Amino acid sequence: MTEQSTPVVESAIIARFPEIVMPDERKGHEGYLCPPEKLLEVATALRDEMGYDYLSSITAVDYLLGEEDQPDLFELVYHFYRSTGGVGLELSVQLPRKDPVSVASLVDLYPGAEYQEREAYDLMGIQFEGHPDLRRILMWQGYEGYPLRKDWKEPYYLEDVKPFGNRWPEGQVHRIEDHNPVGKNTIYPTGFDPDKWTSEEEDLLYAGLMDDPKHEHDLDTDHVVVNLGPQHPSTHGVFRMAVKLDGETIVALKPVMGYLHRNHEKIGERNTYLHNMPFTDRLDYLASMSNNFGYALAVEKLMGKKGQPPERAEYIRVIMAELTRISNHLWAIGFLLNDLGAFFTPSLYAIEERELILDIFESTTGSRMMCNYFRFGGVARDFPPGALETIRDLVYERLPRKVDELDAYLTNNEIIASRTKGVGVLTPEDAIAYSMAGPVLRASGVPYDVRRADPYSIYDRFDFDVAVRYHGDAYDRYIIRMDEIYQSLRILQQAIDQIPEGPIMTGSNPYQVRVPAGEAYGRVEGPKGELGFYIVSNGKANPWRYHVRAPSFINLTAMEKMSLGQKVADVVVILGSIDIVLGEVDR
Amino acid sequence: MMNEINKPDDLNSPEYEITPEMRANVAVTTIDRIYNLGRKYSVWPMMFGLACCAIEMICTAASRYDLARFGMEVLRPSPRQSDLMIISGTVTKKMIPAIVRLYNQMPEPKYVLAMGACASGGGPFKEGYNVVSGVDKYVPVDVYVPGCPPTPQALLHGLMKLQEKIDGESYFKRFRERDQEVKALPIPILGPDIIDPRDISAIKKLSKQKAAA
Repeated sequence: MTEQSTPVVESAIIARFPEIVMPDERKGHEGYLCPPEKLLEVATALRDEMGYDYLSSITAVDYLLGEEDQPDLFELVYHFYRSTGGVGLELSVQLPRKDPVSVASLVDLYPGAEYQEREAYDLMGIQFEGHPDLRRILMWQGYEGYPLRKDWKEPYYLEDVKPFGNRWPEGQVHRIEDHNPVGKNTIYPTGFDPDKWTSEEEDLLYAGLMDDPKHEHDLDTDHVVVNLGPQHPSTHGVFRMAVKLDGETIVALKPVMGYLHRNHEKIGERNTYLHNMPFTDRLDYLASMSNNFGYALAVEKLMGKKGQPPERAEYIRVIMAELTRISNHLWAIGFLLNDLGAFFTPSLYAIEERELILDIFESTTGSRMMCNYFRFGGVARDFPPGALETIRDLVYERLPRKVDELDAYLTNNEIIASRTKGVGVLTPEDAIAYSMAGPVLRASGVPYDVRRADPYSIYDRFDFDVAVRYHGDAYDRYIIRMDEIYQSLRILQQAIDQIPEGPIMTGSNPYQVRVPAGEAYGRVEGPKGELGFYIVSNGKANPWRYHVRAPSFINLTAMEKMSLGQKVADVVVILGSIDIVLGEVDR
Repeated sequence: MMNEINKPDDLNSPEYEITPEMRANVAVTTIDRIYNLGRKYSVWPMMFGLACCAIEMICTAASRYDLARFGMEVLRPSPRQSDLMIISGTVTKKMIPAIVRLYNQMPEPKYVLAMGACASGGGPFKEGYNVVSGVDKYVPVDVYVPGCPPTPQALLHGLMKLQEKIDGESYFKRFRERDQEVKALPIPILGPDIIDPRDISAIKKLSKQKAAA
């Protein structure tokens, strides 16, 4: 993204802060460096004077001393965008690698930074001054160590990078837990005494909910704290919310996540580049092809010319990504109805169509859900004979008819309208400030779609509209998914008609790819929103840093904002209308 | 006692005379078979999804694969009403206390099916610092279904294996076991790392060794 940045932007930020903001001159790095003490000032100017009102992603990189000429420091990387579209701006803040590492929090300027900063605190141990609620978010309070630091070793640590030498010594089965003294995936600090342990996780969670004693009504009633989850039929997986209620009205809400934190990023930094492809499938497991797409784009950006996929592969990618979007939105609509109380029957209509799309995936990639289909510079294999005809039938005949049918059943349904209209409203200003992405952002009246705002692959060739709705309530978030299905069908119809013959890979399909040193941020418009992959390479076979900007995770930041003043039964609807997938929230 | 049973006019005796017209309508079987027939075709799984596998579990319950054919479509949201816990996805350290608690809340006889590679042994995420290397480290498992995720067909096969297992069980044996006190599994504690209460003495020993070194 930054490699295309216009000279206008460059001169503007450097002219505004001469001698303070410097261009990042490391090899393969683009963007700007900013001293930590000036971060707030620069970010304020970026937001208020230069129009960078959308803070897409915050992440931290650990540059541990010891690698050749690497300095010993932490680097915070901020990706800013304009909500009107265009290329982004990357700002890096370097901090000495010495505890305590602290930097100013951007939550006051960009409320969407809240969970991302908590994540950086949780996994990297960076203190954000002025953060309202700096607790661990993915691990639990009291967990020992900051897992993403390069000098932190997990209990099953073998080697720094894969492939490990000792996975199959002399043809013998080798289980790593047998080498752990307790026989489990655990490691305890020296001198730890289990008898003296007290957990503070729950106390800190409830402390955040209990601090407000004022009552708004004349009748003096007690507030009640109710826990929803982690095992709760309406929470779409293992997600927990602690809500404070005044009667039935929500006064405060704190999500608790991390119940599916599978250490995607730590494992990703041990893996080789291609190893990570099947892992990305398991992020947003309802839309595996979109995840492949984002990751492939990021690595291809680093690889330069060698990574450019041929024409046919680009079309196959678009076809697969759009089919994924349709299947995801069908699922989202079906399960929103589940949350409204129409148990399972409406979902069956959606799942029926989704199965037909999964059949195409299975015939082409070999798997229904975890497709592992994209490769750097192409796709893994071509469509089998007949698959294109099946897709053509589906996108010209069956799906439009069936989506119309779903539309006729649902859109003017009185119960749906009364349960969702005016529920969980998010204004456009809030949606941008909270870094909302995807259908949630567009349902609030912000026509921001990465496919149009910052086109990738061959999306600039297709004729489609960016769906927008203006009320920002749960109903609009439902109906915008309907609109997007129609737009995806339009793209698919064009792609099917235009797809050329030809190769599907540039060069051979190598097991190991050569990625030059540098950094890249690849983003796609996934079904849930802007899905970004930030990769730092040091020229070796494994990424030095691998970070996922997960739209479901960041969309949850506005959950409390949307729920305040609503009834407790509406929280389930609001959560359903955001459409989260826990694999992506917790990673 | 023995003498009474051996009398030919006693109903429980094998020599009891069955008239020819009754032979077409009466089948002699054991209580176990009748009891297990009922149990195996009305297993109520808990509505409990952890990760990717949960999506395939939902697809199994949906119209194309139709779990109702096996009498299992009644997914119960409460552990108190369910017989079967399908661990459908990666078990993390943060989640395992809740899983053990749910398992304890289920009434006997209860079954656990580990669906997918993660629940069976950690799967692709095994090396992760927050991942439990298989749910069987904490909860006894009856059936393992391989796959990542297992297709609905694979899950159905696993459920049929569970039915076979139920079919082989003895009601009287279970009846005797029920009289003994059922001990709840200890619930793991979220410490500096996950602590299984059964391992506390080992952890203490380890701590001492480390401190001495």
